[in-house]
Amino acid sequence: MTTASQPTLREQVEDFLFKEAALLDDWRLDDWVDLFTEDGRYVVPTTDLPDGDPRRDLVFIDDDITRLRARAVRLNSRHAHREYPWSRTRRFISNVRVEETGDGELAVSSNVLVYRFRAGEGAPYVGSVDYILRRDGGAFRIAHRRAVLDLEALSWHGAVSIIF
Amino acid sequence: MGEIMEIKDLIIDDRQRGVFRVHRSSLTSDELFQREREFIFSRCWIYLGHESEVESPGDYRRRTVAGRPLFFTRGRDGEVRVFLNSCPHRGALICRRDEGNAEVLQCFYHAWSFNMDGDLIGVPDQEAYGPHFDRGELGLREPPRVESYRGFYFVSFNPHVEDLVSYLADAREYLDLIVDQTEAGMRVVRGSNKYTMKANWKLLVENSLDGYHLVPTHQTYLDYISGLGSDDSGQTASARIVGKARALGNGHCVIESPVRSGRPIAHWHPLFGEEAREPIAQVRQELVEKYGEERAFRMADTSRNLIIYPNLVINDIMANTVRYFEPLAPDNMEVTAWHLAPRDESDAMLATRLDSFLTFLGPGGFATPDDVEALESCQIGFRATETEWSDISRGMLRPAKSTDELQMRGFWRQWHANMQGFTHTNVQDGPAVEVEAEAELALASDN
Ligand code: FES
Ligand SMILES: [Fe+2]
Repeated sequence: MTTASQPTLREQVEDFLFKEAALLDDWRLDDWVDLFTEDGRYVVPTTDLPDGDPRRDLVFIDDDITRLRARAVRLNSRHAHREYPWSRTRRFISNVRVEETGDGELAVSSNVLVYRFRAGEGAPYVGSVDYILRRDGGAFRIAHRRAVLDLEALSWHGAVSIIF
Repeated sequence: MGEIMEIKDLIIDDRQRGVFRVHRSSLTSDELFQREREFIFSRCWIYLGHESEVESPGDYRRRTVAGRPLFFTRGRDGEVRVFLNSCPHRGALICRRDEGNAEVLQCFYHAWSFNMDGDLIGVPDQEAYGPHFDRGELGLREPPRVESYRGFYFVSFNPHVEDLVSYLADAREYLDLIVDQTEAGMRVVRGSNKYTMKANWKLLVENSLDGYHLVPTHQTYLDYISGLGSDDSGQTASARIVGKARALGNGHCVIESPVRSGRPIAHWHPLFGEEAREPIAQVRQELVEKYGEERAFRMADTSRNLIIYPNLVINDIMANTVRYFEPLAPDNMEVTAWHLAPRDESDAMLATRLDSFLTFLGPGGFATPDDVEALESCQIGFRATETEWSDISRGMLRPAKSTDELQMRGFWRQWHANMQGFTHTNVQDGPAVEVEAEAELALASDN
């Protein structure tokens, strides 16, 4: 039963995704990486193969927690030149769907629009981000985050230099 | 843009004093860009694709090559054929998907249809054309020349171009070093990197074999790799070899360098994980048995970045990549990169190889985004037109190392000769040979 004081599961997940988006827009990358489980993974397939499997196909990004931490270190340094100085980003998350898969995990899908502005230019990244979330006490942790771009090619940004 | 310099003055090549400069209008001018289309991209061999991309009869792939929409397909006879992707009726694109399999392609505009040999096999209401209508004249057109070398297909829009093997000159050996890594042959892995750089295409040529920029530009990558530990297996001999640069003739060039991290064939690194140590050692052993220690060392323990003139890069580094770039404007290009892997590789080794690619390469990797930034940064810098020249003199008066710029000079000398209408020139640094080679300059036969 839903009451004003008891958010639905979807609202709880949305709150989590909104907080994640704020961390990313604020470039608080270490806090963002802490949202992941130790066996967590972050995957971005190529634009021509949205269902690409990182074990068999070429993808843009396939980070385990070690490489994810290294990615944060890199982006926090002054030597990730595509993001130094950092771009400005603004994320819009919608169409959130949540499914309980048993064993305490949630399969979440969302639509994502990220505007990125830098060096006099601005353009969007558009796509979907699917998660497997694990409950951790009252909070959620990200066990899997798969970000699929709708773009046909990286024609505007030339790279996936931010976290999409 | 107003008046341009005389083409012969665009490059200063003083081999005595060791000064090499390129006038930056070569990287910004619309007129020179148009001239490149005609004098380079319509005359040289240009990369099209790899045989493994059309595995079965009827498989096709769509490409843009030197500005032309094309597609290539494998016929029922097993032959690879290339067609201009434009309907002989009134122009519409025949092939409208990037890849697929078909027995017949039908133009959507007025429904003419073609088989995969390019023959016109169906014309609705053909009687309207009268008795002299000849379907045989109206098949799909092919580029004037199509040839392949060890699975790599090239096209040329110049009917008089020299054969591909002689065009490749000393670059052949470097393709062999990759293809010989496996008996089963290489294949293009599914998934490609497609991205745009707002920069002149020749900057990507320079950048793709620029050993000088590695340490300053890609510090975050090198930190990450060294943070993972280093190879203690005794294969580190390569770290002692000094990399070298070579101009290979016809504008092709290469840098050969020690391994910085690992190579799936066949140099282990902690990045690959303990479980990969044994299989990689085994691959290396097989190479030694097949080719002897010296060539095996080269194949396993050294890396190469190769330019096939004008616009193809083949990297044999922490992964094997094929990178093609299509100039769109003086300050814009579209890059497509593919990943090559041995056909007979185990699932585990393939996964290791894919992972190795992603650390450095690709638009989501730890290095490529910074190259995009560097090139776009140069292109914006060129707007300061009072700084007229770029300097590419490094290592001109010594045997060139992989951190020198001989390989870029080799490319630029070929470019300069082509832009003046010559097909061949002396691309090397040495002042002594220059005079002789000038005499051999031959005008492109015609076209
Ligand atoms: S343009 Fe193709 S049938 Fe008319
Ligand atoms: Fe680079």
